[in-house]
Amino acid sequence: MNNYIVHDIPMMWYIWLSMILFSIGVTGVLLRRNAIVIFMCVELMLNAVNLLLVTFSRFWNHADAQVFVFFIMAVAAAEVAIGLAILMMIYRNTKSTDIDFLNRLKF
Amino acid sequence: MPSVTQFLFFLLSAMAIASALFVVFYRNPVYNVLALIITFFSIAGHYFLLNTPFLAAVHIIVYAGAIMVLFLYTIMMMNLNTESEPDKPMLSKIAATISGGVLMIVLIASVRSAADLKIPNGINEDIGTIEKLGNILYTTYAVPFEISAILFLAGMVGAVMLGKKEIQ
Repeated sequence: MNNYIVHDIPMMWYIWLSMILFSIGVTGVLLRRNAIVIFMCVELMLNAVNLLLVTFSRFWNHADAQVFVFFIMAVAAAEVAIGLAILMMIYRNTKSTDIDFLNRLKF
Repeated sequence: MPSVTQFLFFLLSAMAIASALFVVFYRNPVYNVLALIITFFSIAGHYFLLNTPFLAAVHIIVYAGAIMVLFLYTIMMMNLNTESEPDKPMLSKIAATISGGVLMIVLIASVRSAADLKIPNGINEDIGTIEKLGNILYTTYAVPFEISAILFLAGMVGAVMLGKKEIQ
């Protein structure tokens, strides 16, 4: 039965879905000006890559890729904590999270 | 006529793509966070469909439970729950959308030959179970696991230090 679940859906569908989600994330990074939303689009890209890794792990019978996904989740959590702390500090000093305004690397 | 799993795949994919587009194109950051949570839940559904329940649970706990709450909390503290984001110039908006679409076409075209890959027959049932993953995580990947613990410690110290008021 589990065999049926995996093999009823071609691998290419998952690859296409990951590519589409990744491109949506890239579009968001290019399109938005709010730094928090840009962070969210980066998370979207990370999730697309995670989905691709899990797909390959599933179709090639390697559990190692799922451990990589586990590590990507851990690093993403640490990255978000630090990034949002930096954004809070910037917001406290400049009252803005607009990246077109914060392009001087100096506050 | 699609089977039940194919129907589920289409449903979850449509949910994921629609809410991801909502994240990108809607202006209010609070609704962006809520749409991104929907995206994460549909990706967790994909993990269930791929028969990896442990990763699906971890995904929901870490992303929907921790990261998005952090985002919401930050947006609440910054009082950004209005559509006050200034617009980019129309030209760069069009350029961003077109380059995103072109990137999608290039990516999909470049993985086209992956359809010819020879997939090994026979699916191992217990790949996604906690026992199998725990075995690999605590034997082969024990050192990276410990290093990620150090990373978390450094992240925690850094977040606390950045959040202190005295530091400019």
